[in-house]
Amino acid sequence: MKLHTISINNLKRRKAKMAFLTIGLMVGIATIVTLVTLTRSMSSDIEKKMDEFGANILVTPQSNGLSMNYGGISLGGVTFDQREIKEEDLAKIRTIKNNKNISAVSPKVLGGVKIGTHDVLLVGVDFAAELKMKQWWQIFGDPPKGDNELLLGSDASNVLNASSGDSVQIKGETFKVAGVLSQTGSQDDSLVFASLPRAQKLLGKEGKITMAEVAALCSGCPIGDMVTQIAEILPDSKVSAIQQVVEGRLKALDQFKRFSYAMAAVVVFIGSLIVFVTMMGSVNERTTEIGVFRAIGFRKSHIMRIILLEAALVSLLAGVLGYLVGMGGAKLALPFMAESKNAHLLWDSTVAFGSIGLALLLGILASLYPALHASKMDPTEALRAL
Amino acid sequence: MALIEIRQVKKQYRTGSDVVEALRGIDISIEAGEFITIMGQSGSGKSTLLSVLGGMNHPTSGEVEMAGVNLYQLDSERLADFRAQNLGFVFQSFHLIQYLTALENVMLPLAIVKMTTAAKRESARQALERVGLGTKTDRLPNQLSGGEQERVAIARAIVNSPHILLADEPTGNLDSKTSEEVMALFRQLNDAGQTVVMVTHNPENGAYSDRTISLKDGLVCA
Repeated sequence: MKLHTISINNLKRRKAKMAFLTIGLMVGIATIVTLVTLTRSMSSDIEKKMDEFGANILVTPQSNGLSMNYGGISLGGVTFDQREIKEEDLAKIRTIKNNKNISAVSPKVLGGVKIGTHDVLLVGVDFAAELKMKQWWQIFGDPPKGDNELLLGSDASNVLNASSGDSVQIKGETFKVAGVLSQTGSQDDSLVFASLPRAQKLLGKEGKITMAEVAALCSGCPIGDMVTQIAEILPDSKVSAIQQVVEGRLKALDQFKRFSYAMAAVVVFIGSLIVFVTMMGSVNERTTEIGVFRAIGFRKSHIMRIILLEAALVSLLAGVLGYLVGMGGAKLALPFMAESKNAHLLWDSTVAFGSIGLALLLGILASLYPALHASKMDPTEALRAL
Repeated sequence: MALIEIRQVKKQYRTGSDVVEALRGIDISIEAGEFITIMGQSGSGKSTLLSVLGGMNHPTSGEVEMAGVNLYQLDSERLADFRAQNLGFVFQSFHLIQYLTALENVMLPLAIVKMTTAAKRESARQALERVGLGTKTDRLPNQLSGGEQERVAIARAIVNSPHILLADEPTGNLDSKTSEEVMALFRQLNDAGQTVVMVTHNPENGAYSDRTISLKDGLVCA
C-alpha cells in the first residue's frame, strides 16, 4: 500500500466520472492536435508547392537604369554602365546562412540574335534548374538534352515557323528544336532557350551571366533576410524579392493559424474548467475519506499527492487519447482543407509530446486548487462524527 | 507520570452570534494500559473531548499532554505525524474506504510509513487476524457485515501499534450481540496492554472498562 494505490483504486472505482473527465480534457487536446497538425500539414503542402510558383528572388547586375516595361510590354529603358555577373560568383549564393532554404538557382544569359530574318532574344539557361523552377511549363517534344538543342517559346515557334524536330541556324551554326513550350502568357512565349554554355559562346559572354533567379520558398524562411544575405556576398548585383504571391498565400495561412490557436485556447479553457469542476466535485464527495486520511496521520502534502496523482493519471490518458483522436481528425479533415490532393499528414513527435505535456500541465493546474482545498480540510469537520 | 494529561481544557464554538461552550474546564489523567469509557448524554461534550484528545480539535484554552508531548504546541503537520505514530481511531460509522479491500483498508495508516509492501501486508494481515478476520482480507467493505466492518476499522486503528486507541461510539451502529463481541475485542486488546479511550452512551459498555468518566454540560461530573 502506497499513496498511488489509493489514487489508482479511486480512479478504478469512479469510472464514469473519470471517463467524463478524460473525455473533457481529451476533446480539448484533440482539437489542438487537429488544428496544429492541419496548419502544419497545410504549410508543408504549400511549401512543397512553392516551386511551382517559380522564383521569388531575382539577382540582376547593378545598373543605374530604370526599366520601362509593364505586363510584358516594353518601351525600352535608359541604361548605362551595365555590368554582368560572373558565373563563378553565383556559387556563393549557396553559401549564405539560409542556404538550406534555397530550392534552385537558375542562371541566365540574354542576348539578341538573328534567326533567319527575325531578331529574337536568346536565353541561355541551365535546363535542369530552369525546369525544376518552372514546373508549369508544358513542352511539346522533349526538353533539350544536348548543347545543340533549343527550346522555343510558343510565339517564337510561330514566328520562326519551327516546331520540334526542325533545325534552325544561329550565327551559322545549326541547332535542332527539341521542344516547343505551350502558351504560358508570359515573356517566355517569345524567347528562344539554349543551353547556358552554348548561349554564352554565341553571345560572346563566356563565364558571364545576365541574371539569376533563385527559388527560396518556404513558409518559415525569411525572404527579406535572404535577399540581404545574397546582396552582401554579391555586392555588384541587385537582389530583389518577388514576394506577392507567396506572402499572400502565407498570410492567408497565418490567419487560419491564428484562428486555430484562438479556437484551441477556448477549447482548452473549457477543458480545464471541466477538470476543475470535476476534481472539485470529487474532493467534496470525498470529504469523509479525506477526514479519515487526516485523522490517521496523513499530512497535507500526502492528500495533495493523492489528488494530483489522480489528476496526472487522467491527464496522461487524456493526452495520449487526445493526440490519437486529434491526428485522426486531422487525417479526415486534411483532404478538405489542403489545396493539394496529395497533401501529407505530418506526424511530428513535438506535437505528440507537446499534447501529452499540455494535458498533464492543464490537468495538474486545474486540480491544484481542489487538491489544496482537500489538504486544508479540517479532519473533525470532515468526519462530522467526531 | 500519566500517559495522558488533560489540564483545564475549554472548547467554545461560535454558531452565528451565540457561543456554545462544549468543554468548560476539563481535567483528566489517564495511565498507560487503562481502558476508559467516557459517558454522557448527547451534547455533554464527550465527542468534542475525544477529538481534542485525538489532536484534531484545537481547544480554546488548556493543555493536552500525551506521552510527554504537549499536543497543541505542535504545528498541524507535526500533529499529523504524532497521530500517525501514536494514535489509533475507531469511528462510529467505521469510515472504511469503499474502494479498498479489508487488507488495504488496514494497510492505510502504513501508506505513509517507510516499510516494504510485504512488511505492510504482513502487519495488516496480523492485525486482521487479531480481530478475527484473517480469512476475509480480500473482501471489500460492502461485502462485510456491520460487525466485520467494525473489526476492520479496529484492525486499521491498531495496525501501527499506537500508544492510545480512541473509539467514538464504536457500537453505535451494531446490534446487541455484535456490540458485545466488539466490546469483548476492545477488552482483549486492553488486556494485551493497549490503552483504550472510548466514548459511548451505552452504560453496558462501561462494564468492560477499568474506569468511566461521566460528562455533563462540558464538565466532568464523576
